Amino acid sequence: MTFLRTAWLVAGKDLRIEWRSRIGLNQVLPFAAIVMVLFAFALDRFPAPPGTDDTLLESVAPGLVWLATLFSLLLLVQRTFAIESEDGALDALRASGVDAAALFWGKTAALAAQLAVLEALLLVTAILLYGTEVRPSGVVLLVTTWLAATVGLAAVGTLYGGLAAGARGRETLLPLLMLPVVAPVLIGATRAVEAALGIGGTAIADGWPWVGVVTVFAVAFGAGGTLAFGPLIDE
Amino acid sequence: MTSTSVPVAAKAPTSTGTATKATRVLGAAALVGIAWLVAFGLGFSPADANQRESVRILYVHVPAAWLAYLAFVVTALASAIYLLSKRHSLGWDRLAGASAEVGVLFMAVTLVVGALWGRLTWGVFWEWDARLTTTAFLLVTYIGYLTVRRLGGTHQQRARRSAVLALLAVLEIPLVHWSVRLWRSLHQEATVLRPDGEVKMDGLMLFTLFVGIVAFTLMYVWLVIHRQRTLAAEDALEDVGLDIAIVARRAEGRGAR
Repeated sequence: MTFLRTAWLVAGKDLRIEWRSRIGLNQVLPFAAIVMVLFAFALDRFPAPPGTDDTLLESVAPGLVWLATLFSLLLLVQRTFAIESEDGALDALRASGVDAAALFWGKTAALAAQLAVLEALLLVTAILLYGTEVRPSGVVLLVTTWLAATVGLAAVGTLYGGLAAGARGRETLLPLLMLPVVAPVLIGATRAVEAALGIGGTAIADGWPWVGVVTVFAVAFGAGGTLAFGPLIDE
Repeated sequence: MTSTSVPVAAKAPTSTGTATKATRVLGAAALVGIAWLVAFGLGFSPADANQRESVRILYVHVPAAWLAYLAFVVTALASAIYLLSKRHSLGWDRLAGASAEVGVLFMAVTLVVGALWGRLTWGVFWEWDARLTTTAFLLVTYIGYLTVRRLGGTHQQRARRSAVLALLAVLEIPLVHWSVRLWRSLHQEATVLRPDGEVKMDGLMLFTLFVGIVAFTLMYVWLVIHRQRTLAAEDALEDVGLDIAIVARRAEGRGAR
């Protein structure tokens, strides 16, 4: 079986399980939504930063969307590896001769698909709740950031999720390991989205170097995961 | 539990401690170095023109930071050697673990002492400087590394997992540093004093700093050697404990029949 075919099958399996159990839909999405509401409680009353016409909530909306994404990512990663560690499914996959790199990319693709939907919905939430406005000229930058950040986050999530899978205390271990690693994505994606939305008078051109940061991150951890996933999950 | 039929582990330690003649000499040298550092740092070296007496924090802060970075480099190298060598010797794994423990301790010392020094010279405990921020990330990353070392499983499992993680940290830290530097360069604030460059060194201060680095490095080597030996003893104890349990279960099986 080719690499792509294996990855495709693994991704399909993960998405099928997700679709049938609807954990993401019934638990992770409402969680992300309530986080967005709580952010509004924390930040709504403060006046706008000097020199802008946006409210504070509007100004910080891109960062809040990505923070809510990171928190939800933790839940999605827990979930995708809870499936694998039940009944030794991961060991069974490895014992059946599935290539570790293909397994990594399959799970990354499934996670990325879920994340992409989640991020799109979070952006809609920000438009509805925070009064965020998307300008047509920033759409290309927005979509590119969305793709690059999603792939990077999914790769890191799969890599560290595989490390913590089946371990005692993995619920608390995963945030400790993963949140420091994804800091560059939070910084880069937040700045890029700020530029795409024109928050604080930023030009669209200011956003592209930040997309570069996020892309370098995605490539680095994609490569790292391809090499390291096998040694990490072989028990 | 009967002890008569328990196999004695092949590598049972004969001495009661982890010290050898060499480490005693090394420990004594480290102590002398630290005493020397105290004498020069608190006594002979002059107070700074701008920072006055608070400049003496330098003699702890810089050596501690140097030691932490040294420790993490050793962890990464030992992890790489463990993964790449054919034998997958646990000695390299324990060296990586021991070094990371010492590194985390001194990284924490660096941050605490640095925050106190920052309060005295910059007026604030924390500055969102790229170097400070990366250092904080480094500390959290290696705390995570030490947690992963305690996840359980066989020694080889622990070694492989933590070695991969140590190499991923080599990937992560430059990325974090780079992105934080970019982040700061766009959000420039009035910086009172940079942690580097501003202190003009006179000869005696430089010499004291040198003494500090030598003393701390000796201490590092001493700590890591001892810690590595206690880790080896812990591993051996676990193996012996397993042997004892197996023998006991077998004895039960014979008794039941």
